[in-house]
Amino acid sequence: MSEPVKKPARKKVEVDPRFVNYKHVWVFIEAERGVVHPVSWELLGEGRKLADALGVELAGIVMGPPGERTRAICSEAFHYGADLCYLVQDEVLHDYRNEPYTKALTELVNTYQPEILMLGASTLGRDLAGSVATTLATGLVADCTELVIEAESRNLASTRPTFGGSLLCTIMTQRHRPQMATVRPRVMAMPEPDTSRTGRIVEHKVTLIESSIITKVLEYIPDNLQDKPQLPFADIIVAGGRGLKKQENFQLVWDLAKVLGAEIGASRPIVQAGWAELDRQVGQSGKTVRPKLYIAAGISGAIQHRVGMDGADVIIAINNDPNAPIFDFAHYGIVGNAMQVLPALTDAFRAQIAQARKAG
Amino acid sequence: MAEKFDVIVVGAGMAGNAAAYTAAKAGLKVLQIERGEYPGSKNVQGAILYADAIEKIIPDFRDSAPLERHLIEQRVWVLDDASHVGSNYRSEEFNREPYNRYTIIRAQFDKWFSEQVTKAGGLVICETTVQELLMDGNRVVGVRTDRKNGDVFADCVILADGVNSLLAKKAGFHEELKPKDIALAVKEIHFLPQETIESRFNIGEDEGVVVEMAGKITAGMMGTAFLYTNRESITLGVGCMLSDFKKQKTTPYQLLEQMKAHPSIKPLIAGSEMKEYAAHLIPEGGYEAIPPVYGEGWMIAGDAGMFVNGIHREGSNLAMTAGQIAAETLIDLKAAGKECSARNLKVYRQRLDASFVMKDLKKYRKMPEIFHKSPQFFTTYPELLNRAAHTLVKVDGIDKKTKEREIRGSFLAARSLTGLFGDAFKLWRAFQAR
Amino acid sequence: MHSVVCIKQVPDSAQIRVHPVTNTIMRQGVPAIINPYDLFALEEALRLKDKFGGTVTVITMGPPMAEVALRKCLSFGADDAILVSDRTFAGADTLATSCALASAINKIRENMPVDLIFTGKQTIDGDTAQVGPGIAKRLDYQLLTYVSAIREIDHGNREILVERRAEGGVQVLRTKLPCLITMLEGTNEMRYADMDDMFRAARYPLKLWDRVAAGIENPDVVGLKGSPTVVGKVFAPKPRSKRAEIVETIDNDPKNLAATLLAKVFTQHPKLEREIARLAK
Ligand SMILES: Cc1cc2nc3c(=O)[nH]c(=O)nc-3n(C[C@H](O)[C@H](O)[C@H](O)COP(=O)(O)OP(=O)(O)OC[C@H]3O[C@@H](n4cnc5c(N)ncnc54)[C@H](O)[C@@H]3O)c2cc1C
Ligand SMILES: Cc1cc2nc3c(=O)[nH]c(=O)nc-3n(C[C@H](O)[C@H](O)[C@H](O)COP(=O)(O)OP(=O)(O)OC[C@H]3O[C@@H](n4cnc5c(N)ncnc54)[C@H](O)[C@@H]3O)c2cc1C
Ligand SMILES: Nc1ncnc2c1ncn2[C@@H]1O[C@H](COP(=O)(O)O)[C@@H](O)[C@H]1O
Repeated sequence: MSEPVKKPARKKVEVDPRFVNYKHVWVFIEAERGVVHPVSWELLGEGRKLADALGVELAGIVMGPPGERTRAICSEAFHYGADLCYLVQDEVLHDYRNEPYTKALTELVNTYQPEILMLGASTLGRDLAGSVATTLATGLVADCTELVIEAESRNLASTRPTFGGSLLCTIMTQRHRPQMATVRPRVMAMPEPDTSRTGRIVEHKVTLIESSIITKVLEYIPDNLQDKPQLPFADIIVAGGRGLKKQENFQLVWDLAKVLGAEIGASRPIVQAGWAELDRQVGQSGKTVRPKLYIAAGISGAIQHRVGMDGADVIIAINNDPNAPIFDFAHYGIVGNAMQVLPALTDAFRAQIAQARKAG
Repeated sequence: MAEKFDVIVVGAGMAGNAAAYTAAKAGLKVLQIERGEYPGSKNVQGAILYADAIEKIIPDFRDSAPLERHLIEQRVWVLDDASHVGSNYRSEEFNREPYNRYTIIRAQFDKWFSEQVTKAGGLVICETTVQELLMDGNRVVGVRTDRKNGDVFADCVILADGVNSLLAKKAGFHEELKPKDIALAVKEIHFLPQETIESRFNIGEDEGVVVEMAGKITAGMMGTAFLYTNRESITLGVGCMLSDFKKQKTTPYQLLEQMKAHPSIKPLIAGSEMKEYAAHLIPEGGYEAIPPVYGEGWMIAGDAGMFVNGIHREGSNLAMTAGQIAAETLIDLKAAGKECSARNLKVYRQRLDASFVMKDLKKYRKMPEIFHKSPQFFTTYPELLNRAAHTLVKVDGIDKKTKEREIRGSFLAARSLTGLFGDAFKLWRAFQAR
Repeated sequence: MHSVVCIKQVPDSAQIRVHPVTNTIMRQGVPAIINPYDLFALEEALRLKDKFGGTVTVITMGPPMAEVALRKCLSFGADDAILVSDRTFAGADTLATSCALASAINKIRENMPVDLIFTGKQTIDGDTAQVGPGIAKRLDYQLLTYVSAIREIDHGNREILVERRAEGGVQVLRTKLPCLITMLEGTNEMRYADMDDMFRAARYPLKLWDRVAAGIENPDVVGLKGSPTVVGKVFAPKPRSKRAEIVETIDNDPKNLAATLLAKVFTQHPKLEREIARLAK
């Protein structure tokens, strides 16, 4: 997709006869060592809409070592909207490895023939999606920000940023099936789980022989999450940009965040200047976030930053330029000097919270 | 590495490329060293190319060179705070091929020019800075670059490293430039859709306009401003003498901002996307300021030699011609089996003197000085001119004779009669001078 | 040991402009650079060469002007460079791209076996991270994505030990050569070429392969024809229907502004107020 603009506008194209029977929407449920990546639930929420639009079933694909935990993932999947789950259990699938997972997923697709297959754009999802798509010789659209069914053709129209985020383009896989797409964490909303929902489990046995798998996992070193910022799932984020001018001023962001119990975010220039670590970068080449409140101080709101944060419920922007693009999509704005407004906000919130406490 | 070349050309700007191309084409073993990531990357964007100079070097340049628009209209504006009087010269003449003036984007043109050097057999090395000249006694024998094993040797080194040549200074060929001899120019490129530019300036595809400006925008400092139309962008800039910036305590950037806000200019760039902001020195000292241009095993060309015609803001064409002449001098010496001693390289200066390079510079030699001595060219006159125009244009039942009297009066009030005549005369002489 | 590094020349996306009306890319004056992520791949390959000796070949699929990118790679120390360029490649998506590259690499293998293929994590224009896995599958190489470190290589047993960035942790993987590695950014720093390298790079006769030379008989498997994905409309992101509500006070004194803002936000989003009270400990 390096040159989308060059491609001609599409004309009506029928699905290749080989694929006419491909039906249903699939979501690969990504579980690294039994821990499900939230992006999978977000995808089920999105998949539900697509399945309903097509009038077909939504299936979750669950793979892992034999045992309760793996099974339990299926019932969770039902809570988040799946009608059924295809379950592959095998010791070989204990850790994620490209070879066996690709083999298993490819075999499932060829056997049960879905028309849409979605994966999270995580390190695991991208690794797997790229291999499966190539093996199946079908189209794969990475990092989609919007997925809709095109009424007349029943094709999946996947929208994604292109050219460094300065543009969006809509991409379709017309002749091939399944239509594959990856979506980054937090781009889609997290659905409310419905614990009363249940569904069918279709067990599928894939012949996987450890001795014939070349890559071995010697060790898995979990990140220690304490000292790592968890922006994607933070409820409140206070973010600073180049408008703060000096590194000292970035402290003002910390001050406000402390009062709010919020995470600290930053625009790319700030990260590049070394005022904040890479994990705090919000945007296209950083984290995508969906907090309940996002406060942006001295951030212009360039598209590459926006795509990372305009899923926030409430966006407050502080910028001394009334024409800064961020005011085009923020909910509330203060036109003023961040160096003065931030401390004022910090005091105001502090007072507010103290009051709320007294109120009990 | 003890590799030895016939000539090392420092810099891949207009002068350097002209020299390297000419020498390589004649079969000399040429090494060209450019500090920028690619030729043109370090150069002020957007300029006017005068065909004659490049044509003498690459006759069919029009077939492959990245040219923006050929100029069909020249506007000269004298600006007051909120108005301007100006003259347009637009002629179908300019639409007859071969065209003789084009707007170019330096980044692209220099890259193309450098490709021609490579095609001609020259070896071009970029992202490499020449730090000093390697001397053997008082003789230049090569250059030291900022890379490991960075010494390279040659019979002759052509310095085309642009204005304020650090190398020449380091080697003691120049003394420090005087602020009164250099202008500081700032440029911005404003991107607009091609159609927008063509409708705003009332020009067809490939047609271009230049606006040369003087007056209040330079805030009373000696200098001019300019605006060129490129294909998808407008080049906007203003330049003033370094000395004046010091005096007036303004920055070029402030000037540029004021300029963009000027009611005569604002609508032309409205809705555009500003890309870069480049500052660049232009030697404006003119003929009087030209340093020695050759010595034992070295020649100097282009801005490095202060070959810029301040009045017409020509430079790249003088640079190219100088570069070409330098190379030709070398080619002849090689053919004659002569060494690159100062005595033999003297020919370079003689040929320069015989060429339009020095002729022009000589012709305008007195210009800079006059402007320095007479700030009124940039303060009082613009105001008066605009007021005069305004009075004339306004229809208010006053007969033209009275108006003219008013105008004359205002001029006299501002400056003594002798002063006026004096200025006029000085200017006239400067332009006539041979 | 022979490593092939896939690099791509991309427009410096920081400088890309969009035509406000036609939504096409205005490339004028936009410099082309080596995809920054690919430099980490190249440097890693060069470090292996420093350690174990061998050969590094860089390859790119792109227009003729990509030659500049390849020469730069040569100056950093690559031994050979191949530009795979053909009209029929135009409009390729990741599947068609990996097809062309895989087939070209197969050609390379005819002269010299390839132990390692390196790609960057992703490109800044295509930005899919799919081409690497695609190449690996087509050549049936072991795939190691998001590699943050190569711990050791055991030539005797043709084994390689790497650290791979996984979700929530780091995998230590051992696999057999040949394999394809997509290198994580920030894992190393590109070296600086010395003058001899610069001369060599400038003079090197790099190879230009068209479709047939790259071993692709059937033109329908590459370029637009070989791309299952089709790009429909390209458009600029639309602004939110409603612009931000700008909070103002007569004096616009920060204190009052802040107070007014909070009042507004909390009346319109009561849930948020409770949320904040909960979080603030
Ligand atoms: C391929 C690519 C990927 C990218 N990925 C990302 C990414 O993931 N995340 C990201 O953030 N960026 C990313 N960028 C960069 C992005 O394009 C912008 O350059 C960047 O977001 C700008 O950051 P900024 O708003 O902090 O700085 P600026 O754009 O310089 O904005 C500073 C703002 O502060 C305001 N300001 C100045 N002084 C004050 C003051 N005293 N008080 C209040 N406001 C003030 C100014 O009006 C201005 O609006 C990417 C770019 C590219 C090309
Ligand atoms: C604002 C402005 C507007 C102008 N407008 C015009 C115009 O419209 N028409 C016109 O004809 N002229 C114009 N000029 C003048 C013209 O740009 C110069 O006269 C011309 O570029 C001179 O070419 P040059 O090769 O001597 O120097 P340059 O073009 O400056 O080239 C010098 C090169 O040497 C390289 N270099 C410098 N030092 C080293 C080193 N130590 N090692 C290696 N490389 C080095 C630099 O990177 C640069 O690429 C303008 C100048 C300015 C500043
Ligand atoms: N046209 C190409 N030529 C060579 N390598 C490429 C090309 N496109 C992509 N790659 C490689 O594949 C990696 C991932 O690219 P992408 O899938 O576009 O994100 C890049 O970092 C490159 O190493």
